[in-house]
Amino acid sequence: MYTGSITVAETPLLRYVLGRADDALVLGHRLSEWCGHGPMLEEDMALSNMALDLIGQARALYTYAGEVEGAGRDEDAYAYLRDVTGYANVLLVEQPNGDFARTIVRQLLFSAFIDPYWRALMASTDQTLAAIAAKAEKESAYHLRHASEWTIRLGDGTAESHARAQQALDELWPFTGELFTVSAAERGLVDAGIAIDPEALRAGWHAIVARVAGRATLTLPADGWMQRGGREGRHSEHLGHLLSDLQYLQRAFPGARW
Amino acid sequence: MVTTPPPGDLAALCVEARRIASTVVDPEIPVISIADLGILRDVVVAGDHVEVRITPTYTGCPAMNTIKTEIEQALATAGLAPVQVRLVLSPAWTTDWITETGRRQLHDYGIAPPAPGGDRAALFGTTTVPCPRCGSTATTQLAAFGSTACKALWRCAACREPFDYFKCH
Repeated sequence: MYTGSITVAETPLLRYVLGRADDALVLGHRLSEWCGHGPMLEEDMALSNMALDLIGQARALYTYAGEVEGAGRDEDAYAYLRDVTGYANVLLVEQPNGDFARTIVRQLLFSAFIDPYWRALMASTDQTLAAIAAKAEKESAYHLRHASEWTIRLGDGTAESHARAQQALDELWPFTGELFTVSAAERGLVDAGIAIDPEALRAGWHAIVARVAGRATLTLPADGWMQRGGREGRHSEHLGHLLSDLQYLQRAFPGARW
Repeated sequence: MVTTPPPGDLAALCVEARRIASTVVDPEIPVISIADLGILRDVVVAGDHVEVRITPTYTGCPAMNTIKTEIEQALATAGLAPVQVRLVLSPAWTTDWITETGRRQLHDYGIAPPAPGGDRAALFGTTTVPCPRCGSTATTQLAAFGSTACKALWRCAACREPFDYFKCH
């Protein structure tokens, strides 16, 4: 027996909420892959703690998505029963963990974006999104500080750690442009005060990343061609492998509960 | 067999439900009640039933499901119905929702309570955290992420003991 995929309505608000939920779930899942593999016990716990925060944020957003869609679906339906093309997360968060430096740099690039994003979204005219943002911004603040401290330690560390952190920054940089894209449908939500315009956060994001990179003696790559497609469901090969792990149980044992 | 009470009895049910829900303790810190932790937001009459409203500390707090179940069980054991437990997100919980009693209970249990005024300055401030065992302020943070989502790991230089610090949030 096998559970097939669901197709959700393509309304702008639902698509927007699912995109933010997918960012949190996919990055949370990536961090959870470190559980039991961290470079030291404290980091093992830190990465698992942050995974828990992100998956918690995803749960709140998926639950709200269920209310928005009004089709009687719960958080699990969106997480476990949508295929790769139904996921709307940015490509950055689905990139593999690689070594510890790569995980940390990915965390820095995303946290420096999402922390001010949640704070701005607290002013959303959508009460539920504003409430979720108010919860999430306290957590993302801790995540940003953690990633900043480690980026500095690795970049300004040994020749080996510096080289690895620089390589991670160079390779992940082309995935940062997508953080600031807004679809036509999302533009309407921005105009209505429901979503916020990420472009307004770009300068602040760049300032945070540049300051941390500077202290870490890392060189920011030049802005060149940027990867995109995740928000429209065009993902890298990595997401499929991640979802096969994440969704296996519900697909193989439909409706399993314990 | 529990029968639905007439509307006039809902107010009395509300009072009783609040009393019982207040006795439920945090499963991971079993010395503090959910009322003193600030998780129990309200108990109100909602239409034809009583609604117990709780709010999460951290969005990913794995204890929330257990807390919800324990409230439902406590109310069911007391024969109270119809009561529903609902999760609310706003206003967001902060460590300032912990009562003075709750702070004392945390301290006595060996967990340093959060500094009051949990704004972003306090979040990252250099607030000194006194050791809950010996009271010394010669303490340092070992790890920002501790044994649960709401705690950091600290160490006391005076008595040499590690201890949990309830993170400012």
